[in-house]
Amino acid sequence: MQAARRPSVVDFALHEGVAVSVEAVTRAKVLDRLRLGDAAFRQLTRAAAIGVLLLLSGVIISLIDGALPALKTFGFGFLVSERWNPVTDNFGALPAIYGTILTSFIAMLIAVPVGLMIAFFLTELCPQWLRRPIGIAIELLAGIPSIIYGIWGLFVFAPFLQETLQPFLINTLGNVPLIAPLFAGPPYGIGILTSGLILAIMVLPFVTSISRDVFDAVPVVLKEAAYGLGCTTWEVVRHVVLPYARVGVIGGVMLALGRALGETMAVTFVIGNAHRISASVLAPGTTISATIANEFTEAVGDLYTSALIGLGLILFVITFIVLAAARYMLARIERRIG
Amino acid sequence: MATRYAGRRRANAVATALSLAATLFGLGWLVLILGALLWNGLGGLSLAVFTQMTPPPGSSGGLLNPIFGSLILTFLAVLIGTPIGVLAGTYMAEYGRYDRLSSVVRFINDILLSAPSIVVGLFIYEVMVAPMGHFSGLAGAVALAVIVIPVVVRTTEDMLTLVPNALREAATSIGLPRSMSITRICYRAASAGMVTGVLLAVARISGETAPLLFTSLNNQFWSTNLNAPISSLPVVIFQFALSPYKDWQSLAWTGALIITLAVLTLSITARALVASGKQS
Repeated sequence: MQAARRPSVVDFALHEGVAVSVEAVTRAKVLDRLRLGDAAFRQLTRAAAIGVLLLLSGVIISLIDGALPALKTFGFGFLVSERWNPVTDNFGALPAIYGTILTSFIAMLIAVPVGLMIAFFLTELCPQWLRRPIGIAIELLAGIPSIIYGIWGLFVFAPFLQETLQPFLINTLGNVPLIAPLFAGPPYGIGILTSGLILAIMVLPFVTSISRDVFDAVPVVLKEAAYGLGCTTWEVVRHVVLPYARVGVIGGVMLALGRALGETMAVTFVIGNAHRISASVLAPGTTISATIANEFTEAVGDLYTSALIGLGLILFVITFIVLAAARYMLARIERRIG
Repeated sequence: MATRYAGRRRANAVATALSLAATLFGLGWLVLILGALLWNGLGGLSLAVFTQMTPPPGSSGGLLNPIFGSLILTFLAVLIGTPIGVLAGTYMAEYGRYDRLSSVVRFINDILLSAPSIVVGLFIYEVMVAPMGHFSGLAGAVALAVIVIPVVVRTTEDMLTLVPNALREAATSIGLPRSMSITRICYRAASAGMVTGVLLAVARISGETAPLLFTSLNNQFWSTNLNAPISSLPVVIFQFALSPYKDWQSLAWTGALIITLAVLTLSITARALVASGKQS
């Protein structure tokens, strides 16, 4: 920057007309030189922002381009065919889509109630000094990489389930008339249920932290009014906080769902990689991301690779819709409280 | 009346107990996972892990080339992704805070932030690996950069928005051009937050396996050639853990412990940075 000497009154007085000083002339010259750099910086930032846009469109375009051979060969049948035969080049996405949706559904079934109850605990019941450590600990669960969950699931969790939970389910719920097929089959340890449980643990921090933020944003006046009427803590949460924060909680749940749908490494280790649809949740299956992770580097032939990229396209479309819906709902609650 | 109130109190007690159980449930998994990591990985942790190459099954060895490969890929990914992310975040927070382009980019950025990382791997495969004809470390670094960019954009935009307008107005009042008031004043004011964003991005890509599976592939030997497959710690863990060899599996646990410790350290450092920034 320029020297800090201020122009004195004498400088002004000695010129006719415009009060111009030496410093002002120098400054005008320097600013002229800077003008190009200034405009260039602005355009550079603009280009970077447009670059982010191009990144997403690039992803979509390249996925469609790569999947085109498979889509042309199989048409709509790709989405509903159960066959996955690399030898005869006959591919169908249904087992993968089924596995993805089922594992994510099981994960949400467990993670949403547990996450909401943890948020209830952290916002209403927990002593103040304990809130931050517990919140950080829950969020550390989100920071653990997916492959750690995979290796832990394969070596620790799956054998444990094989010895405890799965025989228990087979012996109890496996005998109940209507839902018996859901728990049929030997206890492999790995399978759709195990993947769903691990996904639940991975997704729990997302539900908890967003629910907690939304619960905290409820105006204290509403809660105090309810307490003043004599409501218990649970009644306040159930009848005041949750209805107010409903949209935000749903947005958080959908964000977590988007994460669960795309999860690769944790699921690849414990899903069992069987390209078939079974009624039992104890059976092995496959998900879209696990199929791609396992088979992409071994895919021989253009149609095989193209079918895998087609799976990736389907996954991207599903997660795009879920994440867009989540974003819309979270924007609605932000507008309400902000 | 009394029984009705007793019923409500009972419901409250049940809900309280359930919420406490849920919290212990959630924390319990963290303890179990970290415990299993320490139990299985700590025994294998020795100097050899950091000084020897990955062994063939049956011999002893270390994780030197995957650790080195991961460091190189992470460094390159941050080198490529951070400038783009910072510049895009600067546009969204400074020049175009309320315009249409920024709101669209914000939406797109949130989608990219939570997009499945395997799709990013497929994208880079289509764009870099297939045309080039071979796997390369550079493609792996670019795939990781695509994951870094949304994180950096988000934190840069949030941190720059937090900078009070008074600073910008003061800078303009003494005659600074807009670009200078951003780079010399706003960046410095938001520096703690922006560094936090980079640390969070590094923590995120340290454990990413899926995008590397078919971009940088894997390499059994020491390699510094970015135009060829390069090994990385997550992919080596993937390969070793799914193998039937005990020594490979124990190396996988040790590698998993190293990654987890690195990620947790980065996360806690980032959190401490934000906390100290808020206090000052």
